[in-house]
Amino acid sequence: MSATAARRPRRTGRPGARNARAAAGFVLPFLALFALCYLAPVCYAVWTSLRRTARTGPLGLGTERDVFAGLANYAQALADDRFLTGFGRVLLFGVVQIPLMTALATALALLLESAAARWVTFFRSAFFLPYGVPGVIASILWGFLYVPGLSPLVRIAQAVGWNVDFLSRGSVLWSVANIVTWQFTGYTMLVLIAQLKSVPGELYEAARIDGAGAWQVARYVKLPMLRPALVLTTVFSIIGTLQLFAEPMVLRPLASSIDSGYTPNLHAYSEAFVGNNQHRAAAEAVLLALVACAASFGFLRLVGGRGKEHG
Amino acid sequence: MSARVPVRQRIITSSLLAVAALYFLAPVYWLVVSATKSSADLFGTFGFWFSDHPRPLAYLTGVLTYDHGVYARWFANSLLYAGVGAVCATGLSAAAGYALAKFPFRGRETVFGLVLAGVLIPSTALALPLYFLFSALGLADTYGAVLIPSVVSPFGVYLCRIYAAAAVPDALLEAARIDGAGEARIFAGLGLRLMGPALVTVFLFQFVHIWNNYFLPLVMLSDSDLYPVQLGLTTWLGYADRQPVLYQYTVGGALLSVLPLMVLMTVLQRYWRTGLTEGSVKA
Repeated sequence: MSATAARRPRRTGRPGARNARAAAGFVLPFLALFALCYLAPVCYAVWTSLRRTARTGPLGLGTERDVFAGLANYAQALADDRFLTGFGRVLLFGVVQIPLMTALATALALLLESAAARWVTFFRSAFFLPYGVPGVIASILWGFLYVPGLSPLVRIAQAVGWNVDFLSRGSVLWSVANIVTWQFTGYTMLVLIAQLKSVPGELYEAARIDGAGAWQVARYVKLPMLRPALVLTTVFSIIGTLQLFAEPMVLRPLASSIDSGYTPNLHAYSEAFVGNNQHRAAAEAVLLALVACAASFGFLRLVGGRGKEHG
Repeated sequence: MSARVPVRQRIITSSLLAVAALYFLAPVYWLVVSATKSSADLFGTFGFWFSDHPRPLAYLTGVLTYDHGVYARWFANSLLYAGVGAVCATGLSAAAGYALAKFPFRGRETVFGLVLAGVLIPSTALALPLYFLFSALGLADTYGAVLIPSVVSPFGVYLCRIYAAAAVPDALLEAARIDGAGEARIFAGLGLRLMGPALVTVFLFQFVHIWNNYFLPLVMLSDSDLYPVQLGLTTWLGYADRQPVLYQYTVGGALLSVLPLMVLMTVLQRYWRTGLTEGSVKA
């Protein structure tokens, strides 16, 4: 990016005005819709979250009216045990699922890019295929594979004497983690492969001539080069995890332990549509966005700092 | 090259890859097998094998004709949201990304900063406020409620800017200007053509994103005639307790709904990689 900025062409006449007019024509349609669908909702959410519905008249049965509430909605949300438990739950989920999925994707990318791999195109397509299955469909699908009495997996497990329950209080979070892993490992793997392919093949060849085995090439040459791509996919995974919604929502009728506050997003949704409290829901949406920003920037700072130490 | 790889290593690699493939393909295989079963067989027979009387065509026809063909309507809605949304998003992203890369205007970095913030903000955290805003504007529960937010893709703008900076030479633009071509014509004739591969990628990403999106239509729509197919299928599943035939229709409908994306992804796999390289490596 900086390279192109330095290569700006020398301009003649009054191109400044012409430039500005043309640039405006190209950027404004996007910016207008961006303002409507990104900036306006954020402002509206903050505004809504700072107000509350007040009822007037005897017994509060009179007309409703919005009044300023300060930070009361935030205080209520943060004092709500179920909302906080939901946050703790997605945090635990992320701490376990993101490293596991990233490790699996890295292993598959390295295996596919190693000289020993056969039928690479077939395997790559097979791993990537679940990315094309929408979260809702994936959850319906795995839901059928979890339900006792219908699931062939449960039947196979019982046949070998293992009494498994994918939907119990203790296991259902990891059953959700499995759905997410199944969907997104292939995508993560594809990003990593793209990064590996951007490196000239001679580098691997040189390492091999120096006597490095396949394992050494993978560990000491390829893995360090995956770093930028790993940072990128981890940030996207953190953002995705905090938004967890479709999977628990679809599994809810099957697993009694999934309640309306299972994830922060589910809690905000129930607050808006079941509890009919837009103000509280807006406050929770704002909190969710703030935590997501803090988590991804925190992670970027963490790895950025460590990267500098290593030179 | 293959001669240098020891046989043992090749066997281990292939076995590991095969185990992984089994994990990723088994649920899809289950879906295909189950689409040939009645609701009774779905519960009564082993999931990874066919029942004694598979009737795929009859059941898939059932999916399409149930409730006056409401499934076809949902499917068409999904195509409309994802198709029109992705085309418009690609056009808007191309123009904005091109301008951000090629015109040194004032406030350029501010605009780009906003775009990056847009990439990082969780889309579902935005969906609820968007619903409150749209219902205040009287836009909720319309086609526009899902379509308008779908045409805005900060990630697309980001990708287009990076790609245009690398793939559209300034000298070529200058030459076209000296020839007297207007900016709009230069963009349409030269810019769009040179940005081709990135545009396919943006289209693909956005198409999949809209097709897979569940939260936005869920909060925006209450009229089931406007539902995309995902939302429709969850309502079927919700009624299946009372109407068991809906189990088999949900399974069949799920299979039909994943087919378009699978075709799109397999045929255009090359472009996924182009875009991913631009997005991750040059960032």
